[in-house]
Amino acid sequence: MRARVLIRPKEGILDPQGQAVERALPALGFEGVQNVHVGRLIELDVEDAGRLPEMCERLLANPLIEDYEIVDGEAA
Amino acid sequence: MKFGVVRFPGSCDEVDALHACRRFGEAELLWHGDRDLSGIDAVVVPGGFSYGDYLRVGAIARFSPMMEAVIEFAEDGGPVFGICNGFQVLCEAGLLPGALLPNDSLRFVCRQVEVVVEATDTPFTRTCRAGDRLSIPVKHTTGRYFAPPGTLPEDQVVLRYAPGQNPNGAMEDIAGVCNAGRNVMGLMPHPEHAVDPLTGSADGGRLFESLSMVPA
Repeated sequence: MRARVLIRPKEGILDPQGQAVERALPALGFEGVQNVHVGRLIELDVEDAGRLPEMCERLLANPLIEDYEIVDGEAA
Repeated sequence: MKFGVVRFPGSCDEVDALHACRRFGEAELLWHGDRDLSGIDAVVVPGGFSYGDYLRVGAIARFSPMMEAVIEFAEDGGPVFGICNGFQVLCEAGLLPGALLPNDSLRFVCRQVEVVVEATDTPFTRTCRAGDRLSIPVKHTTGRYFAPPGTLPEDQVVLRYAPGQNPNGAMEDIAGVCNAGRNVMGLMPHPEHAVDPLTGSADGGRLFESLSMVPA
């Protein structure tokens, strides 16, 4: 099945990419934007979605610095 | 005394590392797809962009056959020295605490910095005295050292950027750390680029010299 994994910097860890985007938006006239964080999306076809958490822990994310969220695939 | 210098696809500092090692001992290149470490007394994991830095810096290299052998070598007490991308790989491999994050400036930094030796009871700094300042270049985009609270004992901090010279926002000015066993060390600055006065400083040679004193 198709699965999607969202990976984002752990809360409390400085996210300079998010800050840069947050500063750039008002420059284009988009006011009122806060708490921007930049992460990444991994899409994959998996036979056994039950193994996704282990894949995240061991390779897709670095649990020391990143949180992951399995968006689809849990109902497999 | 024989050094082995790992070469991954995307490594770029392995030749300078080989040159630095050869000033103090014998050295040979180790291909990432091999696993043979026979005859090697110390392993250097050099700088570069192993496997294109895909996914996260160091994340893919950590699973290469050679790294599996290096992890075993380190667990048996063999000295392993990771520089820049090598530091990132050793953190991903779980041989060192913490991780490297993008510089707080989001910019590539390339400049000479001074680092202060904090610990001399390691195979990498035994020729130094505590408080010595070494002039060594940094060149990286992902060098901001971070370790979650409680995961890095103070005695594992080996090098700090001199006050006011932190180039990347690293936690507590940390430039280099070692493991609890003190046989694995990683640092962001490039000692292999500072082994000859011709290029501005030979201070980096002291780390390779220290390592060359490991009993063969």
